[in-house]
Amino acid sequence: MAIDLGRRASITTSELMAATESNSSAELRSQIRVALNGQTAGKQRPATVTVLSSLLAVQDDLHYIPVEAVEEVAQYCDSTINDVWSVASFYTNFRFTPPGQVTIDVCWGPTCHLLGAQDVLRAVHDEMDVEGEGTTQDGKMTLRYSTCLGACGQAPVIARDHVLRGNVTPDSARDFVTTVSKELDNGYHH
Amino acid sequence: MVTTIDRTVVGMQIESESAIDVAFLKLRERANARWRSLTAGDAPWFRVGFGASGQAAGAQSVYDALSRFGQIGNGAITLSKVGTRGLMYLEPTLEVTVPGGNTVVHGNVDPRMVNAIVAHYTEDRDATPLHESAIARIGKKDSYTDHLPHWRDLPPNRHQTKVLTSNFGAIDPHDILQYIANGGYEALHKSLASMTPDDVLNEVKGSGLRGRGGAAFPTGLKWSFLAPSDAPVKYVLCNCEEGDPGAFNDKGILESDPHLLLEGLILNGYATRSTHGVVFIRQGHDLPIDATRDAIDQAYEMGLLGTNILDSDFSFEAEVSLTGDSYVAGEETAMMEAIEGKRSTPRFKPPFPAAAGLWQKPTNINNVKTLSYVPSIVRDGAEEFKKTGTESSSGTALVCLTGNIARPGLYEVAMGVTIRQVLEDIGGGPAEGSERIKVLQTGGPLGGVMGEEAFDTEIDFDAMAKVGCILGSGGIIVGDESTDIVDLIRNLVAFNQFESCGKCFPCRLGNTHMLDVLDRMCKNESRPGDLELMEKVGTNMKIGSLCGHGQLGYNPISSAMAYFGDEFQQRFKGELRPSGSLGDGIMMMPSRTRPVGQGE
Repeated sequence: MAIDLGRRASITTSELMAATESNSSAELRSQIRVALNGQTAGKQRPATVTVLSSLLAVQDDLHYIPVEAVEEVAQYCDSTINDVWSVASFYTNFRFTPPGQVTIDVCWGPTCHLLGAQDVLRAVHDEMDVEGEGTTQDGKMTLRYSTCLGACGQAPVIARDHVLRGNVTPDSARDFVTTVSKELDNGYHH
Repeated sequence: MVTTIDRTVVGMQIESESAIDVAFLKLRERANARWRSLTAGDAPWFRVGFGASGQAAGAQSVYDALSRFGQIGNGAITLSKVGTRGLMYLEPTLEVTVPGGNTVVHGNVDPRMVNAIVAHYTEDRDATPLHESAIARIGKKDSYTDHLPHWRDLPPNRHQTKVLTSNFGAIDPHDILQYIANGGYEALHKSLASMTPDDVLNEVKGSGLRGRGGAAFPTGLKWSFLAPSDAPVKYVLCNCEEGDPGAFNDKGILESDPHLLLEGLILNGYATRSTHGVVFIRQGHDLPIDATRDAIDQAYEMGLLGTNILDSDFSFEAEVSLTGDSYVAGEETAMMEAIEGKRSTPRFKPPFPAAAGLWQKPTNINNVKTLSYVPSIVRDGAEEFKKTGTESSSGTALVCLTGNIARPGLYEVAMGVTIRQVLEDIGGGPAEGSERIKVLQTGGPLGGVMGEEAFDTEIDFDAMAKVGCILGSGGIIVGDESTDIVDLIRNLVAFNQFESCGKCFPCRLGNTHMLDVLDRMCKNESRPGDLELMEKVGTNMKIGSLCGHGQLGYNPISSAMAYFGDEFQQRFKGELRPSGSLGDGIMMMPSRTRPVGQGE
């Protein structure tokens, strides 16, 4: 089975390099620079720029951290590839391969857990045909487990690209996935 | 309307003092005009309750349905997105202010109801009846609303005391003028015009305010560590990492009334003579992030941030700093590491933040709620603040009530109210389909659980600690009679294991061992000595970890054993059906949390 590089526990730098080599291009680097410069460009007041803020800016724009970004951020922040990689690999929101077109978060926090999150997860796994966190074979959707989406009053909660949906049941979660899938077939993008 | 203070006592210069008053009065006139145009203008003012919870309940579809009316001609209605009213079981909520009249709150609104709701306010009101989704009125009765209870008389509201949340759901968080029109920035004006930094600090000290982030440290004392330093750059940080599952009150403040926090932060800066403020929020929570960024931008535009605030001598800068997903980033020294752009792992203390904090400069860190009390303390005085609460815990508590409870929500209660009152009077008892409340999980995943025998405990920092629980972030998660205690504890410890930053090995490995044991127990695969193993590991974590994440990591287990010892033993002996709705004992967890032997 191919290694899911979105799962940061199982990744090494050489795997990362190999996986992202094919995407490497001047185009990608220019996108990264736009993201990095966007932190201060057009801002009237100074914003503190750090390795972390730069990585967040890249992931906001590209939805993942390509290996080129680690180099670009190091240069931009006058840091080292080692230090940038140390930060990128620490925070669990960073991923190193492109995610699916849509990311679906399912909350497994204690409130959602008590109100049936495990059954919701099982239904979502089944509908997406994935066994845990990861991306569907067609690359359309990425599933993540969230530690808390902050809307526990409407638990169980799931989200599509940070937009929350509460009071889900296994059945409504299946419908949710089906709807996203259909929309993607009809040409929805981020 | 100018605050009356004996100015000679303070000894500020006459010129700067009047300039401050003039600058603020000008702002307030604008704000009042804005408020009049919304509440007594030509069109009824429709407000859809958002916040994360409202959004999850479907507020966006209600807003979209309403936005068609906002675009007709000059706008048949005025439409705003507001924060949460707190009664989350009624979301999505919609409230409508009739020009010059009262306000009606509609609950559990569905986009299909929108045409009928709007008709009553925009057409002949006698011919089109008030929609049945109307649940309460705010303001005086009229012929259309005489059958509705007043909002404050709804059961959950009768038992609340509102200090922090009075603007929630009533004003647009993206409009600074609405905050000012409702008494906002009065405290800052009063401080700059008539109080020295020490006066403000003494007021906070005198209020008995204790930190609401979990540690309950006296706020005034913390500020007094920072105030004396003459360093040219000093930081005051606001912690809204709020990673505790089940807690959403910090984000609730930023989503619903971000200027309340911002005013508190500026006052923190003034009282400690600091130069820079940072609001620290986890990435991905777009509603509070956007609201706070807008609030800061607007405060700059109005001269409430930046150089010479309100034409005074005081200058103060503020910005939002985002962190990646990391629970430990909420620990104060780890938070400073994150703001500096590094891995959010705790620092050794000393040096303490007040000596060398962010970028090695003198620093104070306060929770969102703590800072948000400060405007009312400064405006109304410490004595007024102390009238609410208990001897050792003054003021109110923001409680996030969720789980198997009839009325989940974000509630504000006076300290000293018992947990049972919160569950029954406010929460309405067990949810439909539940018979009784068996267990409460409070204070986040490092807090503990409590059983029914502790429900008469008062909500008070010290009283809660005595029964083995912490008030912490204010989350109260309710489990009914069907709750599988060990499975719930496994969920909490799985979170703690997932979120250990890895710096201290007792925490990194200890949580992993405890999770392995709990996972075995849930599958009826316990081994002899497993309970002793957890206790040993837990004790080592307590003494061998740098921050609370490891030190408190055994809390969920020790409190569960104290209150549900029998069930723990039964589970350990394999006398119960394996956990989970399928009875296979399996709990799905994120990949790096997976216990040994599961799935790889």
